[in-house]
Amino acid sequence: MFMDFLWAFIIGGLWCVIGQVLIDLTKLTPARILVSFVVLGVFLGATRLYDPVVELGGAGATVPLVGFGYALAKGVRLAVMRDGLIGILTGGLTAAACGITAVMMFALMVSLAFKRGDKMS
Amino acid sequence: MGNYLGQGTLSFYNAPSVTSYAAAVGPKEGEGPLADCFDYIAENADLGEATWEASESALQKKAFRTALQKGGLSENDISFIFAGDLLNQCTSSAYGLRDFSIPFIGLFGACSTMAESLAVASVFVESGLANNAVALTSSHFCAAERQFRFPVNYGGQRTPTAQWTVTGAGCAVVSPHGQPPYVKAVTFGKINDMGVKDANNMGAAMSGAAYETISTHLANTKTNINSYDLIVTGDLGKVGSGLLFDLFNKDKVDISKVHKDCGIMIYDLEGQDVHSGGSGCGCSASVLCGYILQEIAQLKLKNVLFVATGALMSPTMIQQGESIPSVAHAVHIAAQ
Repeated sequence: MFMDFLWAFIIGGLWCVIGQVLIDLTKLTPARILVSFVVLGVFLGATRLYDPVVELGGAGATVPLVGFGYALAKGVRLAVMRDGLIGILTGGLTAAACGITAVMMFALMVSLAFKRGDKMS
Repeated sequence: MGNYLGQGTLSFYNAPSVTSYAAAVGPKEGEGPLADCFDYIAENADLGEATWEASESALQKKAFRTALQKGGLSENDISFIFAGDLLNQCTSSAYGLRDFSIPFIGLFGACSTMAESLAVASVFVESGLANNAVALTSSHFCAAERQFRFPVNYGGQRTPTAQWTVTGAGCAVVSPHGQPPYVKAVTFGKINDMGVKDANNMGAAMSGAAYETISTHLANTKTNINSYDLIVTGDLGKVGSGLLFDLFNKDKVDISKVHKDCGIMIYDLEGQDVHSGGSGCGCSASVLCGYILQEIAQLKLKNVLFVATGALMSPTMIQQGESIPSVAHAVHIAAQ
């Protein structure tokens, strides 16, 4: 159980390090970095290369945006297997529906509970 | 009346006085090295208002009212008010100043607005066509983030070259020749484009404009860097200042001896985690109206060349892949 946490921390942390290095050393805007992570996740998901990383890192692999791309790719693959080519259109968002809706709900709850503040640093 | 020395430079014969001035800032600026110089430090960046834009208007009004009070003036004494800010349509100026019945001349110079407004106000007074003309500008970190990048609630990360938009406002009242500080000459700059496309590195984008305006002013007024005890830029930050030194070094001029930058003066760069320094109209405005003008009035500084720089981009133009054109305006303020 401790090893689960440790690997989640290491793998999730490594994605954060990559993101921070891209911010500090390249001219890529945060938006471009995030989109790149999603696209990379789609690629790693489609090629099944990400499966062992998810197996090892759990939430550390699926929570970062790369995991979102992975979920999109996995969703499309499963939907195509089940429904044929129409799955290309239906599979991605249905697989991501839980994550997207949860994020919207949390954002709404936080914005109702708290007043926006100033940024400190 | 003054003289037109060519290429945007005007020298003043009557030398209008900056009779009163005030700076109002937010809490972060109130924890910086110049905290004791500001007339008003807000406890909270929202100044009790519901939106950041309204907070910025409130800050501007505070600087304006304080400057009037310090000069023993009422709004009826003011001939014209020259004001602008960073927001679309200069709304923090317009919505704040609708409370006053003063002929309003809106300006957009991005972060160069303090120099621009002070220069224009001085021209009006020098020409004898205005009695008291007010130069006023402001910026607010959260309003600027919403305008140019993302609302602060988005929680985005900042790059090492990014600058921190100052939450601050500065107001200067210009009147016919009286007590120091005096405005002796101004240079209105030309638009300069260094081809920089990185909106996170505006210091670099503006360094060319600063170099051009300072060089033009020195050439037209037949002065050199040793004629001034301080040449202060608005917000080139660490990165932009370094580039400015490089540009002058090519002319074999070491401007670093007399140069300071308001973006570096207003914050403790290490302690306050502001990366490359402060920026925004309020940066040069609050440092000028809180610190520099006072130093000149007390004769601690004799000749200052105040050069505020502005990046004239919009988020739309950046998204269209355009570069960032800039402008810098210079004002020579002296103790006699």
